[in-house]
Amino acid sequence: MLFRINISTLYMTSWLFLFRTAYRDSRKNRGKLVLFMSSIILGIAALVAINSFNYNLLKDIDREAAGLLGADLAVTGNRPLGPNSQKILDSLEANQASEVEMLSMAYFPDKGTSQFVRIKALDGSFPFYGRLETSPAEAAHSFQVDQSALVDETLMLEQNLKIGDRLKLGEESFVISGSLKAGIGNVGLTSSFAPMVYIGQQYIQKTGLIQPGSLINYSYYYLVDPTFPIDVWKEERVDEFRKESMSMETIGDRQANVSDAFNGLYNFLNLVALVALLLGCIGVASSVFIYIKSKIPAIAIFRCLGLKPRDAFFIYFFQILIVGAISVIVGASLGSLVQVLLPEILDDFLPFEVAFQISWKAILEGILIGLSMTLLFSLLPLLSAKNISPMRTLRLVDNPGSKWSDRWNLVIYLAIALSLILFLLRMTGDWKLSLYFTLGLFGAFVLLFAVAQLIIILLRRYFPRQWSFELRQGISNLYRPNNQTAILLVSIGLGTAVLTTLFIVQGFLLKNVESMDAGNQPNMFFFGIESSQKDSLAQLVSQRDMPLIQQLPIVTMRLEGWKGKSKSDWLSDTTRAARGWAIHRESRVTYRNYLDDNEKLIRGDFNKTADGVSDSIFISLATSYSEAMDIDLGDELVFNVQGAMLRTYVGSIRKIDNANMRARFLILFPPGILEDAPQFHVLVTKSPDPATTAEVRNLVVKTFPNVSVIDLGMVLETIREILTKVSYIIQFMAVFCILTGLVVLLSSLLLSKYQRIKESVLLRTLGASKQQINRINITEYFLLGTLSALTGTLIAISASYLIARFQMELEFHLNWIPVIIMFVSVVVFTVLIGLLNSREIVNKAPLEVLRKEVG
Amino acid sequence: MNHTILQIKDVSKVYPSGQNNLTVLEDINFSINQGETLSIVGPSGSGKTTLLGLCAGLDYPSEGEVILDGQSLNNLSENERALIRNQKIGFIFQDFQLIPTLTAIENVAVPLELRGDKTAMPVAEKLLARVGLSDRSHHYPSQLSGGEQQRICIARAFSSAPAILFADEPTGNLDDETGSQIEALLFALNHEEGTTLVIVTHDLDLANRTNRIIRLKGGHVISDQYINSVHD
Repeated sequence: MLFRINISTLYMTSWLFLFRTAYRDSRKNRGKLVLFMSSIILGIAALVAINSFNYNLLKDIDREAAGLLGADLAVTGNRPLGPNSQKILDSLEANQASEVEMLSMAYFPDKGTSQFVRIKALDGSFPFYGRLETSPAEAAHSFQVDQSALVDETLMLEQNLKIGDRLKLGEESFVISGSLKAGIGNVGLTSSFAPMVYIGQQYIQKTGLIQPGSLINYSYYYLVDPTFPIDVWKEERVDEFRKESMSMETIGDRQANVSDAFNGLYNFLNLVALVALLLGCIGVASSVFIYIKSKIPAIAIFRCLGLKPRDAFFIYFFQILIVGAISVIVGASLGSLVQVLLPEILDDFLPFEVAFQISWKAILEGILIGLSMTLLFSLLPLLSAKNISPMRTLRLVDNPGSKWSDRWNLVIYLAIALSLILFLLRMTGDWKLSLYFTLGLFGAFVLLFAVAQLIIILLRRYFPRQWSFELRQGISNLYRPNNQTAILLVSIGLGTAVLTTLFIVQGFLLKNVESMDAGNQPNMFFFGIESSQKDSLAQLVSQRDMPLIQQLPIVTMRLEGWKGKSKSDWLSDTTRAARGWAIHRESRVTYRNYLDDNEKLIRGDFNKTADGVSDSIFISLATSYSEAMDIDLGDELVFNVQGAMLRTYVGSIRKIDNANMRARFLILFPPGILEDAPQFHVLVTKSPDPATTAEVRNLVVKTFPNVSVIDLGMVLETIREILTKVSYIIQFMAVFCILTGLVVLLSSLLLSKYQRIKESVLLRTLGASKQQINRINITEYFLLGTLSALTGTLIAISASYLIARFQMELEFHLNWIPVIIMFVSVVVFTVLIGLLNSREIVNKAPLEVLRKEVG
Repeated sequence: MNHTILQIKDVSKVYPSGQNNLTVLEDINFSINQGETLSIVGPSGSGKTTLLGLCAGLDYPSEGEVILDGQSLNNLSENERALIRNQKIGFIFQDFQLIPTLTAIENVAVPLELRGDKTAMPVAEKLLARVGLSDRSHHYPSQLSGGEQQRICIARAFSSAPAILFADEPTGNLDDETGSQIEALLFALNHEEGTTLVIVTHDLDLANRTNRIIRLKGGHVISDQYINSVHD
């Protein structure tokens, strides 16, 4: 029976049919599909874990900020309140407390040991929010009145101190009345360099540590009525306080400051998660590509039976959508669980315990980002399903590409780049950085693809025809149809690049820290030396054959004006370019007529500074200071040197090399001007070994209690400790990248297994031995692993060099050991997984394998 | 008056091959009436499969026109051709071309399901019974023998009640005995349904069972002959 069709009434293939066919068609492939999509699970997990943690942290910062500041308002500066500030604060109806904080040496007479500590001398019932956690608890209140001290818990343990032991600060002795479990405002790691010691403020003068030039921080705390608009009050007066070099902070400011402090860490962790996610997406794209390839015959039959091109696309799109959604949800759930681990790992960097909570916002974001990235990356290979000709049912024909599909491919590439930039922009708020990172990543992709193509071309051209059959077979697998060279090179190469970069950066950071203590670099600093103590201290040092590398006087002064205008005039000038830190700092200045080893004249005439005899005073500035103050040669600066005004002019500008440890001076005066001003001295030396360091330190603390000793060994130990902890976090995050890389590797190799299985079985049928098949596979995967690892390592070395030179401005050191370990591990893993993949082919009967895998 | 179901007018097919063009078919002309059975025979490389692909709307001619049931296929979009294939054309392939991930019954039902026909499954069941494979309806192609797969393919071809059926070497991959059974089934079903049948084959015995034989050589029709044999 014939019937005529009106072409204009084209039927719409029912969505139900497409769903049903997608479902039916997936039945025999679900295992494969799940494996292919699983590479995104870990990326999503990392993203959700980090975001969940961050949202919980932000929530907790909001809750804990009051406890972190301890008051509604804190006014801080490195001198006591000025008259104007005092007057304004007197008008504030509030409970008040104050704190004098300084770094100094503590001597423990019962043990004969000493330690550089942060003294906090309190007056009043501070903190108003939160509390000092001490053992015993009552010590938190009694120490202000009974000349006792609270000592950091870790320091107590390290020095084996007990409650009741004595502690000497300067000239004054204290009894340790409690061990301090948690102070206010300080995060764990800073206290390992200078642990906290709390005393009553009334005793600080008696210690004799407060002298002109001492590094002291004064804080004034206020508790106001809860209804009082403290933020508005502060904003209206902040400029007045700034004129007297005092800064103000409210709970709202502390929230913002703490959040900012963690933003960098959050961004870094997020970036690593993004890399893991991208690696996973590449895995997905390659899997979908191979999957669609394996579906070409079925699509051709469907097309022959009347399926429209668009519907062929939708059948596989639905499959990817469903499996992708499942994978993304699994990843998000895993991420929610993993975030439990993050507070453990970040413990030392956190000011309080972060509560574990499921963050639906992070989960939703993760699912949305994951699903859209998965679909975008899948669309590239999926679109090819539209181009499959029904003619393939009759004979092998090439799929004609179309301008239409080329256009769509371009749109998808642009969409991927755009979503990457937007994601980074949302994270960092810096569009330049987002663009550079995207371009860098794109560059790495292009390089890896280019290397893959180059290898294929070179292998074809210079194929070693004389080599053994197994070697030739293994090598030719790299360029034969259905080869995995490009996709494996990109996924393994990028994974290697990320991890190796992390290791190299960590390595050169440590190396830079260690080089500070190498050779003749100084490693002991004495500061706060009175003029009368200067010679005896120098003698004490010389007696132990330690060199006097630097011995300099220091005069403290403040800037009162520059370029003909007073400081207060400049402060009310909104167009000024000078930076706040440079304007308000209390400068520690020395005078000498020579340039130090680590200094280099950039501009001007240093002799003008050196001769010091002309009518005008010519000073020399460090580049960083002149830039921060926006002043140049010949500009005028007026300093207040403890009451006396000094008009000076910039005579020269020096660059100071920060790589070695020396006393560095932003402002250098000529001799003959400051000799009579109140001053103290610094002495820089090199101790031959830790025993001498300890001996000299203890002797100095006993003989000159006001002198502080900084032992570089201790500083380095602290930095090393911080870096170890940071690297622990890096490694934790790197695990996501490594595992994702492994899953991508595994799925890519499994894909190549499906591709190669017929050939391997044929070889087995033709009589190839197990060993021969293994040798072929080892050759192929060894080459793939080596080339990927090599390209990845080269990218990592270039990236870390750029980071060292331009981002961190440090000397680049390459520690080859972790690089080689990484390289070898990647190669070994690739070969092992490759062999594991083919073990079924070599161990089972050829027909059995063919039926199971292909049938 | 007999209705013309397929008309091939001045059709040529040229494939680009490196620097040169390869002419596979040149200036082919013939038409087929409704209910006719026809074989296209010729040596390998004579252009049989290419011609079949053009007749069935699987490919575009380089020149000339293919008119199916009064509708020129030349200017149709891929979607429109897909519709024509689904509504009017049935296919039987030498290598069966069943979808490996679908069961036997699902394979048979695909053309009807594509139309959104609610009776797809019952129709498929009947056709499976007609080809004698009711008991294998939930088996996958890989679980069936070659002969069984070809019977499924025939059932699928007839499921959409096509106006014209194209068979490409339908017995080429089968042994003699199974081949004969498939031939018998194909002609019996064709007789019952009154479908136009176009077979591409090397097998002259099979070709002799059709009303008409077109011989191809080097891309040209060298004879177009009506024969008197009547199929069983």
